[in-house]
Amino acid sequence: MRKLILSTLLLGSAALAGEDQVKLKEGPGKDLVVANCVMCHSLDYIPMNSVFLDRKGWEASVNKMVKVMGAPIPPEDVPKIQEYLVTQYGKK
Amino acid sequence: MTNRRQFLKDVAKGLVAVGAGALAPRFTLGGEDLSVATPGLPSGTLDESILHALPGKQPLIKRAFRPPNYETPVEYFNEPFTRNDAFFVRYHLSNIPEVSTAEWKLEVGGDSVERPLTLSYDDLTKGFEQVDIAALCLCSGNRRGLSEPHVPGIEWAYGAMGNARWKGVRLRDVLAKAGVKKDALEVVLDGTDSPVLSTTPDFVKSLPVWKALDENTLLAFEMNGGPLPHWNGFPVRLVVPGWTATYWTKHVASVQVVSQPFKGFWVNTAYRIPRGKFPVVERFLSQESEASTPITEMVVCSLITNIKNGQRFRFGQRVEVKGIAWDGGYGMQVVEVSTDGGRSWRPADLGRDYGRFSWRQWSYAFKADRKGAHAVMAKATNRMGSSQTFDLIFNPAGYHNNVVQKIDVHVA
Repeated sequence: MRKLILSTLLLGSAALAGEDQVKLKEGPGKDLVVANCVMCHSLDYIPMNSVFLDRKGWEASVNKMVKVMGAPIPPEDVPKIQEYLVTQYGKK
Repeated sequence: MTNRRQFLKDVAKGLVAVGAGALAPRFTLGGEDLSVATPGLPSGTLDESILHALPGKQPLIKRAFRPPNYETPVEYFNEPFTRNDAFFVRYHLSNIPEVSTAEWKLEVGGDSVERPLTLSYDDLTKGFEQVDIAALCLCSGNRRGLSEPHVPGIEWAYGAMGNARWKGVRLRDVLAKAGVKKDALEVVLDGTDSPVLSTTPDFVKSLPVWKALDENTLLAFEMNGGPLPHWNGFPVRLVVPGWTATYWTKHVASVQVVSQPFKGFWVNTAYRIPRGKFPVVERFLSQESEASTPITEMVVCSLITNIKNGQRFRFGQRVEVKGIAWDGGYGMQVVEVSTDGGRSWRPADLGRDYGRFSWRQWSYAFKADRKGAHAVMAKATNRMGSSQTFDLIFNPAGYHNNVVQKIDVHVA
């Protein structure tokens, strides 16, 4: 709690305040997810959209980020990111 | 990390003010618990549902930190107008600069105006007739999180909406000064918020020219008697009464009148509904395709605001059910309440009418005829004879969810 309050006080520009409390599940590919996604949005978008997307759903979501939203994710990282999301946040 | 579920429970009980810091709640709605975890949301959404305050705002239900997406707890909807500091926040893009009234400018142009203009804040607020309107601002995807099956997006429960009195000037008066040509087809609106990456489509929307020229469509600079909060579009936003909030461009800086259909992701691809599936009258014809059409006016809907699922009442106690009802601007004909799970319905008392674009408060009192479980439901019908649906009209983006709500209460 103390850390939360402190970060809110220190960060003037608002939107960032608090987002460090979002903790993604540990697993292979997590670092790539953090590195590529956090540029444009907080990571809570991922758990918020769970658990209901299956493999097809998560693959489509990542593809949309690349093709529509212009996320500069290296092509070789795309399947690894998708695999992490399917494994950790996918509908079984 | 502390146990997240316990933490959430503590939040719900009001034991902790999450991340509020210097912005600790200035009031607590009479000490009542705020509804944070709405049944029916995806499990991961529930895990991430916390109260958190953006600067200048009360703690609201955080859906996403960045871009900021925060919904208003239902308890705030027991008032006819939604407080500015509790009004929901919805952004697609993360760059949201603070623009002062001194530096703000509005560019009015496009191939279908005679005389392009640049207006300062003073030009806008002092150069045109000021008008007021009460209108509901409702996110197209409100209740998306309750879609079955679930669909991706911001997983809103009931609170991505708010009712306010808006003050501004008519967009049509501003456009008249620039001179609208006969060939005008659409009006394209852009705000100062922008994407982090230049490769991401900027949030730009268009309106059919007839809607932009509607006497109720405003460039608003006041909300409930005060300035717009930064997170709700300071200093000037568009108000399009009756239509979903996707058209209510925040921090509006550019208005372009064009003779060709606007091509942009947020109109051509996003914010679209399957054609013919919803009972809407006003359509955006220049953007329709074979299969889909832009979302336009709100569908008729209602919400119970003062009773929670699982709430207990004493046998013999008079129970007052309160709520709100709205539509795309035709006005309420009747709100009916059932206390027996939909077998019988009785009309509720409608509250003061603040105009056809405002939501309408209603109330209904009953005494349970027996002990045990009772399912309370509310169903609105507008003056066009359009009613809420009992079965979700599924669509992939989760728009227009106006399923009749059912709240289980216990009488003992």
